[in-house]
Amino acid sequence: MLSAFDEQDSRGIRVASEPDHWRGTEPLRVLAPDGTAVGDTDVGLDPDELRAMLRWMRLARRLDRECIALQRQGELTVYPGFEGQEAAQIGSAMALGPDDFVFPTFRELAAALVRGVDPVQYLAYHRGTWHGGPYDPRTTRFGPICIPVATQIVHAVGYAMGLALDGARACSLAYFGDGSASEGDFHEAANLAGVFTAPTILFCQNNGWAISVPTERQTAGEIVKRAEGYGFPGVRVDGNDVLAVYRATREAAARAYAGEGPTLIEALTYRIGAHSTADDPGRYREEDEVSAARAFDPIVRFRSWLEGQGHADDGLLADWDAEIESEVLAIRDRVISQPAPPVEWMFDWTYADPPPAIEEQRREVLDG
Amino acid sequence: MAEITMVGALNAALRDALREDDRVLVFGEDVGRSGGVFRVTDGLQAEFGERRVFDTPISEAGIAGAAVGLSFRGWRSVVEMQFDAFSYPALEQIVDHVAKMRERTRGRVDMPITIRMPAFGGIRGKEHHGESPETFYVHTAGLKVVTPSNPADAYRLLRLAIADPDPVIVLEPKARYWAKQDADLTAGGPGIGEGTVVRDGDGATVFTYGAMVSRCLEAASVLADEGVAARVVDLRSLSPLDTSLIARCVRETGRAVVVHEAPKTLGLGAEVTARIVEEAFDFLEAPVRRVTGYDVPYPPAALEHHYLPSVERIADAVREVVAY
Repeated sequence: MLSAFDEQDSRGIRVASEPDHWRGTEPLRVLAPDGTAVGDTDVGLDPDELRAMLRWMRLARRLDRECIALQRQGELTVYPGFEGQEAAQIGSAMALGPDDFVFPTFRELAAALVRGVDPVQYLAYHRGTWHGGPYDPRTTRFGPICIPVATQIVHAVGYAMGLALDGARACSLAYFGDGSASEGDFHEAANLAGVFTAPTILFCQNNGWAISVPTERQTAGEIVKRAEGYGFPGVRVDGNDVLAVYRATREAAARAYAGEGPTLIEALTYRIGAHSTADDPGRYREEDEVSAARAFDPIVRFRSWLEGQGHADDGLLADWDAEIESEVLAIRDRVISQPAPPVEWMFDWTYADPPPAIEEQRREVLDG
Repeated sequence: MAEITMVGALNAALRDALREDDRVLVFGEDVGRSGGVFRVTDGLQAEFGERRVFDTPISEAGIAGAAVGLSFRGWRSVVEMQFDAFSYPALEQIVDHVAKMRERTRGRVDMPITIRMPAFGGIRGKEHHGESPETFYVHTAGLKVVTPSNPADAYRLLRLAIADPDPVIVLEPKARYWAKQDADLTAGGPGIGEGTVVRDGDGATVFTYGAMVSRCLEAASVLADEGVAARVVDLRSLSPLDTSLIARCVRETGRAVVVHEAPKTLGLGAEVTARIVEEAFDFLEAPVRRVTGYDVPYPPAALEHHYLPSVERIADAVREVVAY
């Protein structure tokens, strides 16, 4: 079994040090980076569910890498990878119930997979065939892909206010990043959530980098500590420890269901790749930093623990990998065979009842 | 028929909407206990409870963004931006999401959001309290923008806005908030997207909206004494704009003046003029004239009468196009 530290050793780095932005408040942790248990590993999942967790993580990573390849081949527009953040997304998405609603950013393909969003429909966004993502947010309970930084956090709070008005036993969850936490909309959302005791989870994936700017240039404090100022709990969790993420999110959801209001979760993770395929991290960060961060790989960690428990072995993983390979290739084929949408779609949904000027413009385009 | 102010008519519209549809929510800054700084929401919290009529923190982006989230859950939000210039923190939410969510979700998620804001000048207000932000919203696809000029139409337009499946910006001319009118609020009238002729005449057409409607009517009275029959059109709906009414009036009168408080450059007058040129150029007997605010920030109270189109400036423009 490969140790999380083997790669470090092979590169001659003696000690793997945690990324800088992980310093400060000790995060909730169930598994140490080498996969040994340091907390209560019974998070309420049976072996099948635990195995599913690992399988989602491996599928997500393989698909993420495929998407980067597809962009390089000209089949996708700019694509934002999430390598290194699989535990943060999959642990949190698996912790939600079917009635809970996710408001994502543009980097949550792994969470979308878990929530049952068709990856081909999700990737239509990056294929450039439609805005937002053409999956149905009502049935998937997964909001449209959201580019304007931090704006989706307010939507999650509004949705949660609506849940509370309906007396529904459900919550919303907003994903956002360390950079988003600098936006006014984060603060307005958090403040509203506190004032209205909104059943929502503000889930920050602090991956250390907002394009080229490190977390230390985003904030002089810790994001998790802001929760106190807004009057609700903040939880710092090792975002590369899928069991810890799952537990923290389950507890936050339980609080929301019980009418106790919002929770801010700061999941410490690391963006292994570029901000997007249009970005060149060589301009602003040292490769050594990335190498060191790989020692905290979330998939290696969880696999190591799962194998140690006897819940998985090389044979099972080999079977999965064969399945995943064909799944990803099938997704790839469906993505690249997507045609451009009909031109009249430009005009179809701007208004429920399009005004004459838009109807005229539609005719102008269709009549060429 | 009863005498009512625009504030009273807007209040009645909110009350009736809250009564008829239990998914309607009213929220914003000071709209609950105090009833709004202009008292438009007076008494609504007492009648409908804190669940449906509530105060928010001072948080315009939060208010607009929460309305988006509430729409995903099937609530119909009627929100207030306390003043025109205070709506700018919400602009990102309004432009990126309120206006576009229906298109981004291929029509699966409607945004039946009404955003009310006291707008325009003429009340001797402080800076940032007299702005005309309509061009920002009219230029944003996915929004509708309406502005009433009298109490009866204020009731009608606000009811239509709340019932509309699409987001509607309601610009309430604060200078006309307390003007009284004998009005039957239940009477029918034109829809969103339709303008209306408020004074007929065949010498020239004055296109205007909001608080400038009453001023243009005054100018038309002055002109009538001189033998000039000016037609006055209350555009009401700034987006969609009633192009067919605009074209018809120019075909029938041959001369046009556009009046608004907003700065001239890229104000609504530019669009109205362009549509006249596109749709009725051959009928024009004179160049179109615009009487507008100037291309400067809205001035302090002591100067605002120099900035706002006056009866005299409006009448002069009509005289000019008639004499051309």
